[in-house]
Amino acid sequence: MEAFTTHTGIGVPLRRSNVDTDQIIPAVYLKRVTKTGFDDGLFNAWRTNDPEFVLNQPAYAKGSVLVAGPDFGTGSSREHAVWALRDYGFKAVLSTRFAEIFRGNAGKQGLVAGILSQDDLEQLWKILEENPGTEVTVDLENLQAHAGDSTFRFEVDDYTRWRLMEGLDDIGLTLRHEQDITDFEATRPSWMPKTLPVRTADSD
Amino acid sequence: MAGTLAEKVWADHVVRRGENGEPDLLYIDLQLLHEVTSPQAFDGLRQEGRAPRRIDQTIATEDHNTPTIDIDKPIADITSRTQINTLRRNAEEFGVRIHSLGDVDQGIVHVVGPQLGLTMPGITVVCGDSHTSTHGAFGALAFGIGTSEVEHVLATQTLPLNPFKTMAITVNGSLKPGVTAKDIILAVIAKIGTGGGAGYVLEYRGEAIRQLSMEGRMTICNMSIEAGARAGMIAPDETTFEYVQGRPHAPQGTDWDEAVAYWRTLRTDDDATFDTEVFIDADALEPFVTWGTNPGQGLPLSASVPAPEDFTDDSARNAAERALEYMDLVPGTPLKDIKVDTVFMGSCTNGRIEDLRAFASVLEGRRKHPDVRVLVVPGSARVRLQAEQEGLDRIFLDFGAEWRQAGCSMCLGMNPDQLAPGERAASTSNRNFEGRQGKGGRTHLVSPVVAAATAVRGTLSSPSDLGADSAPSDLQPVA
Repeated sequence: MEAFTTHTGIGVPLRRSNVDTDQIIPAVYLKRVTKTGFDDGLFNAWRTNDPEFVLNQPAYAKGSVLVAGPDFGTGSSREHAVWALRDYGFKAVLSTRFAEIFRGNAGKQGLVAGILSQDDLEQLWKILEENPGTEVTVDLENLQAHAGDSTFRFEVDDYTRWRLMEGLDDIGLTLRHEQDITDFEATRPSWMPKTLPVRTADSD
Repeated sequence: MAGTLAEKVWADHVVRRGENGEPDLLYIDLQLLHEVTSPQAFDGLRQEGRAPRRIDQTIATEDHNTPTIDIDKPIADITSRTQINTLRRNAEEFGVRIHSLGDVDQGIVHVVGPQLGLTMPGITVVCGDSHTSTHGAFGALAFGIGTSEVEHVLATQTLPLNPFKTMAITVNGSLKPGVTAKDIILAVIAKIGTGGGAGYVLEYRGEAIRQLSMEGRMTICNMSIEAGARAGMIAPDETTFEYVQGRPHAPQGTDWDEAVAYWRTLRTDDDATFDTEVFIDADALEPFVTWGTNPGQGLPLSASVPAPEDFTDDSARNAAERALEYMDLVPGTPLKDIKVDTVFMGSCTNGRIEDLRAFASVLEGRRKHPDVRVLVVPGSARVRLQAEQEGLDRIFLDFGAEWRQAGCSMCLGMNPDQLAPGERAASTSNRNFEGRQGKGGRTHLVSPVVAAATAVRGTLSSPSDLGADSAPSDLQPVA
């Protein structure tokens, strides 16, 4: 994962709440077995059906900082939602509230999911709508977003922030504690579920 | 120290306590895999030269984009076929148990796990699918994860996780006939909102929950994610033990006795406290349906389509406005006047045998409304077999419904089972998002008995709307 410190790019105001993962990327786009190439599915229904949709407006089309309403990323666990945002070019999403699985997935892929206050969200929307194409600087180290003359504070939990800034691979971090895992496994009761050997209702 | 059910299961799985703001490292007892969210995880293992740590705690099945007809023929859609074949190849390469299309244990991951007796009280379960919360019905801590986490669990059998807050949802009283587990959970989500559970593990408690079968409990826990919660749980009791006992992978002999002794400790202590408490009165509940485009936008079936002005909160008002436009609904229209084109009976929410029985009990002796297409999709191949042994398939077919093979099907429309643009469905599934069941499709979430009555009348209906011959008094509170 690439380390993230600051990013500056066009801010995209997405004035909708409950942007669920089926809106971010519909299920029919989830059939690929690769980890890239999902940008065509991003907001597909809105991009194809609604000429007014924010990303269909030239000033915002090359945006990389998405500013969305509350409950962004609700619904399915599909990490494809994060891949689609990333493949389109987004580096950060700012919202007042994220679905937890989405936020977790974002953290694994170097996409910053920062939480703003409701007042700041409204102000930032206003700035981006009044001056389409305004750049937003997302400063992860100081947890600040700058747009125009304004500065907004956002939240990312300390652990995720550290991992994003260092670009660390989670699995590698966990495997530093492999002995702890082995020790834990030795204490598990014998009746815990085992998928192997295969048993089915017909095997008795 | 006094603890809640969720805290106890958590504590029993901590491999390593996090220090200095680090998350805890939690042990995962069981991982379920399917074709959509696993290919990139296996690729990741290959790239790093890693092997799955515990293939004996891992099981795969094919469900999300499998067809529900002609399953003996090659899958027509090339990308779907590639994804299924990729899962099969990965399972073979890494030695993971797989139940493929055509296998008697194939089906929706969340139906298969409990059916095989792999889902047990007090374990941790993950799957790259948000409806993994289903397994919480057994008192397991079960939650959906992304593909990076699927890879993490394959490689380490653990996950770094921050502790959750706890919320008690107490459902007092008893359900009226014709009111079901689905109505409870739709009412809960309407009450707390799609973000109301964010940061929480929900624990469902109270008399009405105790009275539910395991399958009804699964319906409730399944939709915890729709309230934004990571997981939902119900403390195990005799109903749970009875359901698990004798299943293929259930503990046996002295193992069983030991397991049950432990499982009996898995309840929230009387002096434990929850971070938040919510109360629901089961006696007051009616059949519930959604009118909008998120699962929190629901009302009792006897109500009318709301107007945006009914909502005081800006964001809720805007969401309602957008939803009404997408759903093509006029405020003030009685919900029972809404005509549907399709009834979908199935999914991990309501695709188990009791759901099919409840659905059949309303259909029996009746004819489908001529304008309605009715799709009945069992949650697993075994559910299908059992339904056929009980003769439910005859009831569905005589009614005029299509009786399909097992899978996720129209719940998310990844396979050919989709709504056409503008088509409207009454669906026993879990999400009414825009385009969820097919681009431009419109979804009303309902219980199996409401789905059945709707299939008869052609408009959103409950069994009590079916007239004198409906014998509503025979309808027991179903799962």
